[in-house]
Amino acid sequence: MASPALFPALLRLGDDRLVLGHRTSEWCGHAPILEEDIALANISLDLIGQANLLLQYAGEVEGAGRDQDALAFSRDAMEYRNALLCELPKGDFGVTIARHFFHGLFSVLQWQALSSSKDATVAGIAAKALKESKYHVRHAGEWVIRLGDGTEESHRRAQAAVDQLWPYTGELFMQPTDEAELVADGLVADVSALEGPWRAQVDDVLRRATLTVPETAWMQRGGRVGVHTEHLGHLLAEMQSVARAHPGAQW
Amino acid sequence: MYADAETSWPLWEVFTQGTDGAPHQHAGSLHATSAEHALQNARDVYARRNEAVNLWVVPSAAITGSTPEDMGPFFDPAHDKAYRHPQFYKVPKGVKVF
Repeated sequence: MASPALFPALLRLGDDRLVLGHRTSEWCGHAPILEEDIALANISLDLIGQANLLLQYAGEVEGAGRDQDALAFSRDAMEYRNALLCELPKGDFGVTIARHFFHGLFSVLQWQALSSSKDATVAGIAAKALKESKYHVRHAGEWVIRLGDGTEESHRRAQAAVDQLWPYTGELFMQPTDEAELVADGLVADVSALEGPWRAQVDDVLRRATLTVPETAWMQRGGRVGVHTEHLGHLLAEMQSVARAHPGAQW
Repeated sequence: MYADAETSWPLWEVFTQGTDGAPHQHAGSLHATSAEHALQNARDVYARRNEAVNLWVVPSAAITGSTPEDMGPFFDPAHDKAYRHPQFYKVPKGVKVF
């Protein structure tokens, strides 16, 4: 039987993907070109699919009778555990791409580490999600280079996106203290160990994109313990409105 | 969505292979800035519902096609030459695949 301590860790994994997936779905019908509209919708569906599996397992581990829908649609912002990076407004296309690159690269490293989790369900979800996230990074990475090393305007916007999002990347690698035992038991990954490899790949792509990393050491934090920006409440209000207006509705 | 030919991206033709060993078949076209970009767009537009195990993308400009005016000289002569079809042979008993 899985350790109940796994519950908050699974929420952190699942909420990142649910919130980022929902945020990305806002592009549906609004992307700059048809092909990219479909690509972003695909990524949203991948992320929401990952969240579905993770929150379903979180509900099982919690053992309080909540399924993935209850966890997605009946929790308030303070009960969400996603990183702040995932909930920021979708911004322009540059912000969307930079965020997918930063979070996608983190995800690839996290899924790689979790593929050898001693929890078989976590390892299985990670192995499946890894393939999806690898594609997300390939897609976003190519765009970062194309935008950064593109026109004057695309460069300016891509750099503005990197500058805006950078202070939100640090939280991805802050290891929550309540997961220490889980890490020691080999159930979840120590995210602080992922920062080095992440930074190396980010530097490589940004260099090819002629973009620079802002010189700021200060990082935002709070999402992993339920302290969010004002943006998450608005996102949840929209995402949860139907489920809250018609509790228990089936289709 | 595309302002004009001056600003829109080049057109690419997409070919999908449904299963190992099957021929690649024309699936459609899309716009992209480079071969890698075209491959990614092809994956998202034409292979997201399990349609393919392999993809080809080809710049549309690289394809030379016959024109409607070619129809007569190209294809009409084939209409009355039944002897070009291998249908006058007797297949020996027991041969199932040939």
